Amino acid sequence: MSEALLEVRHLKKYFPITAGLFNRTVGHVRAVDDISFLIRPGETFGLVGESGSGKSTVGRTILRLHEKTDGEVLFKGINIHDLSKPELRKLRPKMQLIFQDPYSSLNPRIRIGDAIGEALLDHGLAANDEIRDRVLEVMEACGLSSYHYHRFPHEFSGGQRQRIGIARALALNPDFIIADEPVSALDVSIQAQIINLFQKLQQTRGLTYLFISHDLSVVEHLCSRIGVMYLGTMMEMAPRDELFRQPLHPYTKALLSAIPIPIPKLKRERIVLEGDIPSPANPPSGCKFHTRCPFAVAQCKEQQPEFRNVGNDHYVACHLA
Amino acid sequence: MNSLIEINHLSTHFQTGDGTIKAVDDISFRIREGETVCIVGESGCGKSITAMSIMGLIEGPHGKIAGGQIRFGDKDLLKISKEEMRRIRGNEISMIFQEPMSSLNPVITIGKQIMEPLMLHQQMTKKQAYARAIELIELVGIPRAEQIANSYPHQLSGGMLQRIMIAIAISCGPKLLIADEPTTALDVTIQAQVLETLRKSKEQSNMSIMLITHDLGVVAEMADYVIVMYAGKIVEEGDVVELFERPKHPYTQGLLKSKPIIGQRKDQLYSIPGQVPNPLELTESCYFHDRCENCMTICQTRQPRLMKMDNGQRVACWLYDEEAQHE
Repeated sequence: MSEALLEVRHLKKYFPITAGLFNRTVGHVRAVDDISFLIRPGETFGLVGESGSGKSTVGRTILRLHEKTDGEVLFKGINIHDLSKPELRKLRPKMQLIFQDPYSSLNPRIRIGDAIGEALLDHGLAANDEIRDRVLEVMEACGLSSYHYHRFPHEFSGGQRQRIGIARALALNPDFIIADEPVSALDVSIQAQIINLFQKLQQTRGLTYLFISHDLSVVEHLCSRIGVMYLGTMMEMAPRDELFRQPLHPYTKALLSAIPIPIPKLKRERIVLEGDIPSPANPPSGCKFHTRCPFAVAQCKEQQPEFRNVGNDHYVACHLA
Repeated sequence: MNSLIEINHLSTHFQTGDGTIKAVDDISFRIREGETVCIVGESGCGKSITAMSIMGLIEGPHGKIAGGQIRFGDKDLLKISKEEMRRIRGNEISMIFQEPMSSLNPVITIGKQIMEPLMLHQQMTKKQAYARAIELIELVGIPRAEQIANSYPHQLSGGMLQRIMIAIAISCGPKLLIADEPTTALDVTIQAQVLETLRKSKEQSNMSIMLITHDLGVVAEMADYVIVMYAGKIVEEGDVVELFERPKHPYTQGLLKSKPIIGQRKDQLYSIPGQVPNPLELTESCYFHDRCENCMTICQTRQPRLMKMDNGQRVACWLYDEEAQHE
């Protein structure tokens, strides 16, 4: 097993809840609550969970777009949260982020060629006269044509905008890309194009991905290892085949059974979970899932289960597994 | 089974500064009593506009129904007066939307909003309507009904609100429920709850459902009959099992192949090249021809007609039309 490219150790991110005239802190939203995992070079690690599970916050805290509350993030052995601002800035090109909605991250009045080249210029990674060639090269790698260079963001379709978002991240020649729900807003036929693009770029450029998504079927297709989050906590983590063949956590099982499969004749046992996700400001005691878990016993209410290795690189946080 | 609603040659157009957009272009289909018909397609293919046309929600001056007929019982919904349409809407045909938050009034309690159509259409008294509202909230699987009835929309989660929308939609016992992407904004575990609720309310009242979605998984789970739309046209329709097992149109085949399925692993996903055509630039051709692997000369110059196949499926593709061989 090769060494980790990224290691997250006991990461916590709490957001304060303020109230009253003086914005007194009255509590905390525990968006990320003690999470540990590592990502090896060249692999795609998938982070799945429902809305509010904290998966996007993990991504942003890794990149230090949010300051952590506690824990460590090591990128190639360097503790990102210990770096000074200039040091962090030097490291930024190596770690890039791709968003769900690329339109909102593009300036409507900047031509996309310039938008893609902007970061290169800003980080001093290319001389002025090289930039055009560098931009055209990544545009081509992302399936955009050279005549797109002088167009504005509104002239593109959703799928093309996502290609622009990927090209912008790629222009800096990163080692590690965090993709936060990059295909969720796209139609099925376009989604497949972008997923294939992610795979192609990984093969040709040796990229490592952290792929954040709520869609388990996309994650199964793309990722080599997968972590399942619920209310800021990692519930289960395993290599792909292991997780899909033998899910151990009741939440993972419910999530898997809830996904509609496009085969009409298939009759499946479905675990329909009762109720909604509790508020992360006031998470349930013990195991956070016990309020919706069909198998919960008394112990689950009182004691938080340990996130333990059950063999084959398979981790689970459940008293019953 | 008798057909409940028949849409014949419906066309809905929008005028824009750049020209006319044929959002729905000469489509015909019917929904039988107690049947669930799913309309699938990518964004911009006209599935929501079809629903809005049926509900009489196409607003002038830009939008207009350019032709066709919507037969519901012995009436043509396009010919009746506004007053008559208002009696049908919410009563015999009702609709739920993708965003429940934007269809509910934020300053009126949930209970009152469920009671409103009951008092309006069913002439119930306040007391009767309240009792029925509580029943309906329980029916859609929400506990503590009385407490929910007294709360406001912002106090409930998205999944609960969508179930409240279903409760309002089925409150008057409609014959047809139109659901436009009802679970698209919801998480999968909540989606499972909402689909379950839809299925249960259908069983109890034998209503028909017209379900609009882009998710083929949801289609496979809910539909009896499937209609596939592309650029304002129906390109294929048929019984759900037939259509999923033996898709005929290259677009349907592509859609089914490009979706990753849990438990079925492929090295690479199939992807349909290109993108949906600009509705302003459509010419006399098969609208799918520039993305189609099997494109022939005739596809570029003539529009295929929707033909019935041996197994009852219908498809609009020159590959299956004998006329193409004579060209």
